[in-house]
Amino acid sequence: MDAQSDSAEHQRPTGIHLDAAAVAHPAVGGSVAPMGRETVFDCQGLGVRYHGTRALRDVDLQIHSHAVTALIGPSGCGKSTFLRCLNRMNDLIPGAAVDGACLYHGENLYGPDIDAIEVRKRIGMVFQKPNPFPKSIYDNVAFGPRVLGMKDSLDDRVEQALRRAALWDEVKDRLKSGALGLSGGQQQRLCIARALAVEPDVILMDEPCSALDPISTAAIEDLMMTLKNDYTVVIVTHNMQQAARVADITAFFSVDQGETGPRTGVLIEVDATDRIFTKPANERTEAYVTGRFG
Amino acid sequence: MIGALALCAAISILVTVGIVIALLVPSLQFFGEVSPVEFFTTTDWAPLFKPASFGVLPLIVGTLNTTLWACVVCLPLGLATAIYLSEYAHPKARAVIKPVLEVLAGIPTVVLGYFALTFLTPLLRTLGWQVEIFNAFSAGIIIGILLLPTVASLSEDAMKAVPSSLREGSFGLGANRFQVSTRVVVPAAISGIAASFVLAISRAIGETTIVLIAAGQLAQTTMRPGSTVETMTAFIAATGAGDVPVGSISYKTIFAVGLTLFVITFVLNIFAIRMVRRFREVYE
Repeated sequence: MDAQSDSAEHQRPTGIHLDAAAVAHPAVGGSVAPMGRETVFDCQGLGVRYHGTRALRDVDLQIHSHAVTALIGPSGCGKSTFLRCLNRMNDLIPGAAVDGACLYHGENLYGPDIDAIEVRKRIGMVFQKPNPFPKSIYDNVAFGPRVLGMKDSLDDRVEQALRRAALWDEVKDRLKSGALGLSGGQQQRLCIARALAVEPDVILMDEPCSALDPISTAAIEDLMMTLKNDYTVVIVTHNMQQAARVADITAFFSVDQGETGPRTGVLIEVDATDRIFTKPANERTEAYVTGRFG
Repeated sequence: MIGALALCAAISILVTVGIVIALLVPSLQFFGEVSPVEFFTTTDWAPLFKPASFGVLPLIVGTLNTTLWACVVCLPLGLATAIYLSEYAHPKARAVIKPVLEVLAGIPTVVLGYFALTFLTPLLRTLGWQVEIFNAFSAGIIIGILLLPTVASLSEDAMKAVPSSLREGSFGLGANRFQVSTRVVVPAAISGIAASFVLAISRAIGETTIVLIAAGQLAQTTMRPGSTVETMTAFIAATGAGDVPVGSISYKTIFAVGLTLFVITFVLNIFAIRMVRRFREVYE
C-alpha cells in the first residue's frame, strides 16, 4: 500500500476544531461532511458475512479526521463487526468475508494489493477488555515500535506515548514492573499508549470502557477528547450517555430481521451527535435513543 | 467414597516411597563397599570383571551424549511444530498432522531401536560418515523423534491456552504472524513449553530400549557422536537381565546406578521449576 505518500497528501489540518453544531449536511446518504475535516474512511456498500451468514450489510458511512465518531446500537447490530472492518481485524476470524468497499484516504482497504499488516500499522485498535501483554509497562509500549523496526530513540517514543495516554506520571517510576500490576483503567490507558507508540493515523476503540469503573471511564473519555486533536477516533459503545459526552458524530446501527431468519446489522442513521439524540431523522433511531427499543 | 479416594492417593504415595527405599537400601550397601569418591570421580567402568572398577562417569557421559542428540532433534522441532499447529495451521492440516504425531508417539521403542540400528546407522555410513555400528548419534536422533510428539503436543496445549486477546492486541499493532507467535504467544506460554522440554529431557535420559539396541554397551567417556557408548539405563537393563547373583556387589551396582539416574532427573526437575518461576510471563 502506498501509505506514506497518502499521509503526506492529506496533511492534518491541526488547529481547526469544529463543534458538532457546525456540521453542515445532516443525515441523507449517511454522509456528514464538516468543513475542514477530511474524509478518512469512505465505506460504500460494506458488508460482512460469517460462514456465509450475513452479519452486516450495505453500510455507506464516511468517517472524518479530527473528530470522535461513535457507533451505537443494540447488541448484534454489527457495530463491532463494522469497526473491525476498518483495520482488517476481521481477517483473523475464520469464515469472515467482507464485501463492498472501504476507502481509506481514497484507497480501498480490501483491494488486491493491500497488505493487512500495513493497514494495522496505520490504524490502531483498543479492545473491549484491557489486554496488556504479560510483560513490563515499558515493553508493552515498546512492542509496536520494536516489531515495526522503529528502534531509534525508543525511550523517548515510549515516554511520549505514555504522556499522550495520560499515564506517564503514574508509571514513570516503575516502567520495568509488570503491566498486569496496574489497575483496569491504567491497563486500558496502557493499551491506548501502546497503540499510540506506533504513530497511527486512526485509533479504533471497541467498547473501551465496558470493563472499567466510572472514574477510569471518565479518564478514558477525557483522553478521547484530547486524542481527536491529533488522530481520527472511532469508538463503539453500548453506553448512549458516553456517545453523547464524547462523540462529534454518531452512527446508529440496528438489526433487521431477514425474511429467512438470520439477523443482519444495518446502518440506520448518521449525524451530528446532538441531532441524533435530540431530533433524529429516523423513527428507529428515536425509539432507541429514547429507550423505547433496546 | 472419600475413604476410597484417599486410599488410592495413599497407595500412590506408598508405592513411590517404597521404590525410593528399594533403591536406597542396596545403594547404601554398595557405597559401604565402594567409596563414593571412586564411584563418581574415576573413569574406568568394569563392575563385572575381576579386578572390578566402579567409575560411573563413562555411563553418565554416555547418557549425556545420547540425550544431547535427542534434544537437538526434539526441542527445536517440537517447538516449531507446536508453533505451526497452534498459530499457523489450517484446521484441515491440523486434523491430519495431530493424529500422525500421535501414531509416532505410539511406535514401540524396540521398533525404533532397530530402526536406528538397521536403517539410520547404515544410512549415515552410506553418506560417508564412518560411525560405529553402535553409536550415540543414531540412538539419540531416534530418541529425539520418539519425544518429538510429546514436546509438540504439550507445547501446543500451552500455546493454545494463551488468551486470543493477546494475539489480537499484537496483530492490532501491525505485528505479523511470526512476530505474534515468537514475541507474544511463546513468552506467555513459556512455563508450559519449559515443562514439556524438561519432561522430554528426563525421558531422553531415562530411555532404555533404543540405547540398548543402537548405542551399544561399551563404557567410554566420550562425547563423540559416532562412538559406541553405554548409558546408565543400558547398563541397568543389560546387567539386570543377565545372571548376576542377588546380593553380590555387581547386583548392588545396578541400584547405585539407578539411584544416580534418579537423583539426576530429580535435580533437573527442581532446577527447571525454579527457572520457569523466574522467567514465566503470567497472564491473568
